[in-house]
Amino acid sequence: MAVDSAAMLAWLEKVAGRLHEQRAYLTDLDAAIGDADHGVNMDRGFTAVMAKLQAEGAPADVGAILKTVGATLVSTVGGASGPLYGTAFLRAGMALANKTALEPGDIEDGLQAALEGIKARGKAQAGEKTMIDALEPAVAALAAALAAGKDKRAALSAAADAAEEGMRATIPLLATKGRASYLGERSIGHQDPGATSAALILRAAADQG
Amino acid sequence: MAVGLVIVSHSQRLAEGVAELAGQMTQGGVNIIAAGGTDSGELGTSLEKVRRALEAADSGDGALVLMDLGSATMVAQMALEALPEARRARVLLSDAPLVEGAVVAAVEASIGSDLAQVAATAKDAVTMDKGVGG
Repeated sequence: MAVDSAAMLAWLEKVAGRLHEQRAYLTDLDAAIGDADHGVNMDRGFTAVMAKLQAEGAPADVGAILKTVGATLVSTVGGASGPLYGTAFLRAGMALANKTALEPGDIEDGLQAALEGIKARGKAQAGEKTMIDALEPAVAALAAALAAGKDKRAALSAAADAAEEGMRATIPLLATKGRASYLGERSIGHQDPGATSAALILRAAADQG
Repeated sequence: MAVGLVIVSHSQRLAEGVAELAGQMTQGGVNIIAAGGTDSGELGTSLEKVRRALEAADSGDGALVLMDLGSATMVAQMALEALPEARRARVLLSDAPLVEGAVVAAVEASIGSDLAQVAATAKDAVTMDKGVGG
């Protein structure tokens, strides 16, 4: 079934709920190698997103919903994840403008646009211990699954698996971007909080089906 | 009026302090606008604060933006992208160290230099010697 406005809202609600539940965990990960605010920031951002969508009512245009999410995150998150996730959702929203129902190929396009947005905003690439290390393999896995004829549910599941694998693979990496890069060698041995929240967002999509 | 400065920091107090320090050199002759902390004044950055600071700093001769740490740059870039094109062309982001850069940029702006000159002087602040010796 295509992803319409209601399904998009349900996914965002799931994301907001899980970020709230995992707030302390994400902040603990960030305390080890950053500024100890990732869980708090993401929770604040998505709480604001849900409040805005509920107050204004979600439009039928799925791209417009994503743009609202991006704009809200940029203005409420406060940490680096604000501009990064904000840009990701804004770019996905632009890629999917005027669509009221997303087919699996649209999801791939949106995720690809989100990934490119984060890379451009953060001037970062894979292997630098960031959210890109979860997102890039996830986009590739989704594309490969769809190309192999898998349905949306299986493709999203493959994407979430790849994101979690990429997330765990950040543990031995040396951070060269973001606040963690100030720690140099001491960033090694810790899982990246941004990769963790990115994997969480994709797992929520997979569970949504 | 002169080229204005915007001080973007994760800390509201740090941004205000840098603006105060740089302003001491120019006696009010240069718009130096602090954009530090989140909207509620906590540690972090606010796109809205930076956007308002950009408007307040640029009185027609442009503005130079100085930042503290990584994500302040991303927020400044997003604020820049949100400006109308004519205004955007009059704003530059600086790689300069925050404190020294703000002080020398303020002095350069106060003598009526243009934006390119103010930006170049700020960037040179990275080579400034604190006189520690050795």
